Amino acid sequence: MTITEVGSPRRRKEDARLITGRTMWTENVVLPGMLHLAILRSPVAHAKITRVDTSAALNEPGVVTAFSGRDVADVQGSLPCAWPVTEDMVHPDHPPLAVDEVRHVGEPVAVVVARSRAAALDALAAIDVDYESLPVVLDLEAALTEDADLVHLDKGTNRSYTWIFDSAEAGSGGAVGAAFDGAEVVIKRRYRQQRLIPAFMEPRSVVVDPTGDQYTIWSATQIPHILRFLVSVVTGTPEHKVRVVAPDVGGGFGGKLQVTPEELIAFVAAKRLGKPVKYTESRSDSLMAAHHGRDMIQDVELAARRDGTVLGLRVKLLANMGAYLGLVTPGVPILGAFMYNAIYKFPAYRFECTGVFTNTVFTDAYRGAGRPEATYAIERIMDELAVEVGLDPIEVRRRNWINADEFPFTTVAGLTYDSGDYSAATDKALELLGYDDLRREQAARRESGDPVQLGIGVSTYTEMCGLAPSRVLGSLRYGAGGWETASIRMLPTGKVEVITGTSPHGQGHETAWSQIVADQLGVAFDDVEVLHGDTRTSHKGLDTYGSRSLAVGGIALYNACQKVIDKAKPIAAHVLECDPADLEFAGGQFRVRGNPDGGKSLADCALAVFAAHDLPDGIEPNLDADAVYDPDNFSYPHGTHLCAVEIDTQTGRVSIRRYVAVDDVGRVINPLIVEGQVHGGVAQGVAQALFEEAVYDDDGNLLSGTFVDYTLPSAADLTDIVTDRTETPAPGHPLGTKGVGEAGTIASTPAVVNAIVDALRPYGVRDIPMPCTPERVWRALNGGVA
Amino acid sequence: MIPAAVDYSCPSTVEEAVQALGDEDAKVLAGGQSLIPMLRLRLAAPTLLVDLDRISDLRGVRSDGDHLVIGAMTTHAAVLGDPLVNQYAPLLAQATATVADRQVRHRGTLGGSLAHADPAGDLPAVVVALDASMEVAGPGGRREIAAADFFVDYFTPALEPGEVLVSVRVPKREGWSTHYEKFNRMAQGWALVGVAAAVRRDNGTIAEARIALTNMGSTPVRATAVESALTGADASLEAVRAAAAAAAEGTQPSGDLSASAEYRSHLARVLTERAIMAAVGQAHAA
Repeated sequence: MTITEVGSPRRRKEDARLITGRTMWTENVVLPGMLHLAILRSPVAHAKITRVDTSAALNEPGVVTAFSGRDVADVQGSLPCAWPVTEDMVHPDHPPLAVDEVRHVGEPVAVVVARSRAAALDALAAIDVDYESLPVVLDLEAALTEDADLVHLDKGTNRSYTWIFDSAEAGSGGAVGAAFDGAEVVIKRRYRQQRLIPAFMEPRSVVVDPTGDQYTIWSATQIPHILRFLVSVVTGTPEHKVRVVAPDVGGGFGGKLQVTPEELIAFVAAKRLGKPVKYTESRSDSLMAAHHGRDMIQDVELAARRDGTVLGLRVKLLANMGAYLGLVTPGVPILGAFMYNAIYKFPAYRFECTGVFTNTVFTDAYRGAGRPEATYAIERIMDELAVEVGLDPIEVRRRNWINADEFPFTTVAGLTYDSGDYSAATDKALELLGYDDLRREQAARRESGDPVQLGIGVSTYTEMCGLAPSRVLGSLRYGAGGWETASIRMLPTGKVEVITGTSPHGQGHETAWSQIVADQLGVAFDDVEVLHGDTRTSHKGLDTYGSRSLAVGGIALYNACQKVIDKAKPIAAHVLECDPADLEFAGGQFRVRGNPDGGKSLADCALAVFAAHDLPDGIEPNLDADAVYDPDNFSYPHGTHLCAVEIDTQTGRVSIRRYVAVDDVGRVINPLIVEGQVHGGVAQGVAQALFEEAVYDDDGNLLSGTFVDYTLPSAADLTDIVTDRTETPAPGHPLGTKGVGEAGTIASTPAVVNAIVDALRPYGVRDIPMPCTPERVWRALNGGVA
Repeated sequence: MIPAAVDYSCPSTVEEAVQALGDEDAKVLAGGQSLIPMLRLRLAAPTLLVDLDRISDLRGVRSDGDHLVIGAMTTHAAVLGDPLVNQYAPLLAQATATVADRQVRHRGTLGGSLAHADPAGDLPAVVVALDASMEVAGPGGRREIAAADFFVDYFTPALEPGEVLVSVRVPKREGWSTHYEKFNRMAQGWALVGVAAAVRRDNGTIAEARIALTNMGSTPVRATAVESALTGADASLEAVRAAAAAAAEGTQPSGDLSASAEYRSHLARVLTERAIMAAVGQAHAA
């Protein structure tokens, strides 16, 4: 096999159509007789619905029908949660359209279906709803008190679950109590993960067409396969009667890893009317009602020796579920449970997470899902440890991290890290940043009382991605597996169609998959077409999230390629009149070993199979192959991110002066795509550190309901990012790759906040809640409560 | 969201526009960079939009004696690139360069921005600092309103029903140095606070200063205490800092998600110092 494509910084073949928008987004779908759906959403956070009158809407121009939750209560089903993390998890019904009660602002209450989108939206004003206010639950700690008001009156509690991991009980480490008893240093901190909004560029959109033999659902989703399965289960529609298409999808970041109320409402409406129905949300609806991310209180306690050796860690989380449980809502913080120990080898660990209901839109996956929160907490508190024991933050990490010669390493959280070289990545990052020079400059600015102070932030990370070994998911009570699939169809002219079970929404699978196939099968990059996202062509797959597509799906693809070669070999041998055992396959050619001339290409074999005039006896005329791969471990990329910030102490403004990201994502298929993932990931992590926060007022109204108030940074607010890599191939992966989709987000948030706090330590500052807005920094500088 | 249904007219003269504005639920569309979002969110529900886009008389910058006359429909981008503006009213160009982003500056207009009277808008403070006046046309003919009187309250200009802003008259200021200092959370965001500063020096001391603040109240506010403290002062950092300490006096900034009133007052002092130091040609301390 000749490697020519893998490692090449090819521009993405899908970009021309994606960037110009000349492609099929769900909103572009137009069908004969298609109707438009608009949704009336709750203006209040918690109330009984005492009356809904949709009759006047029926008289509005263009209106075909209008109905409320009560009208479809028996047929709409309940939205699924696929991750009941404990046996006794409180799991309330989640009707797509509220029936008797609304529990967050933005919850769907009634719909209008009309001949145009404008008509449907106009007619919403004619729907009359009476609400009877109920107490609003917002504060996580107050929600758990004895006499708390309840989000779900019938459940008697706002606690959804408490999930515990204890290294002594799991047998993966010692008892955390013993580690803390007699520890020389104990550091206790409370960190807050503010609520974030995924804010994908393409709003969610769905079209349901009930007119064919199958219900066809187009949706701007990350998970067409999971959606098909769950729509079938929830609505009782036979699975073979449901086809889901995720056409080109613009962003996701976990925000489109959901079976949404809107998808099911559109399904119910289309089914009732027997006509295609489209719903596309507005930006305001998207910010208000699409699931949010993060929103946790983290109580973290670290025990260590004076020399900086960490002895144990206790983590207690309160995780805001919102009003309902989305597809993987309860599991998101649990994914973090295995990551608080990060790259360190301390011996005792206990994690406890309580999921809490509040009158807010439900939270769920958001880029990194659990791991950014864990990495933030441990990397923040490692800096506190460094200060406490008088060590440089790099040095305190060195004293605790797993050394390169200790892999594979089984962690205190029970995972087996396959590979890594934390020292190599860190050394490279220090050099790229100019760490020592910046430390000198920092000292000089402190000395001179410069109004602009300098801070340097360190974040070393690893993460578990490549979701996931199915058995592990099963043991965590997740409702599905973690395998992935690929199919190769050899066309008679030697061109190749690849069908992947992953569902790209900006990740560049068409390019990367083509590069892999080009090398494996010895065909031209442009001769490979990658098909995805339509259950009619790709009936099987587990879609795209958790940095899994290449880490898991890449192996399925590789294996499918090998199967094609295996199938072609006897055919080539037959034509070449030799023993298959004498053939080797390289550069797309089968040749007799030792004879460089007169080979047969895979295209020759494809044509031979197509004609089937002269095949060996008993050979099926078919080179196509499928492969399904279930990983036996997660993928563990790692790296070191360093950030230097300048802080204007007069205004509190934080400016990133230099940002260095050295990531080890194993072998790289396409360095341009990897860099793009790191850039985007870092931007999103910096956004959490400095800019973004979803804010509710005391009545549960979303204050940050537009991009004026939900301050999503643009390129002008960010900085150049210096990227580099170390490359420790993933053992056991034939391509040696690791996941990269979330690494930047996981690493960057603590790097930025550590830098800010580092700059301000002489002022007595040891924490600033995120986002570190100018005002919060200014208040911290002036000794106020930020 | 999408706007509710609305009628649209596109007159080609000011007189036709005034006539169309006889409908009391009509609203002027002058670039649409604020109005269209409000329509989309259904925060505004006019029955008629009167688009001034086709009235060529309302575009462009000309010199009229010791004034510049800037047509209300002159886009921000055109203001920015205009040689007369850069020569005689550089403060306006400096502030206009900070308005939103390039796309908005190519659609949005000076007159639209002023008539919208958003306290967080950058240009109201500039016309107040420059002592400009607004020429408006209405059913009763044309009249001029001093910039200081034009901004009445939040989003409320001193326009009578049926009146439309047609041009802005800006005194040519030679021998003045100016700077607009803006502090926002996002590069393309609204000012948390902005300071428009114009200073005239005489033999090293400050002979005259005009300072106006963005987003420190319901309308642009003159920092009169700072202005008087600066008069006769030298342009040293110490003197300027002492004067700027009074920047928030008499202001009533609001508190919102992006900044508290207290922080805005603090910013007003810091940014006033910076604006003046930049105007007199010295980099600010930070």
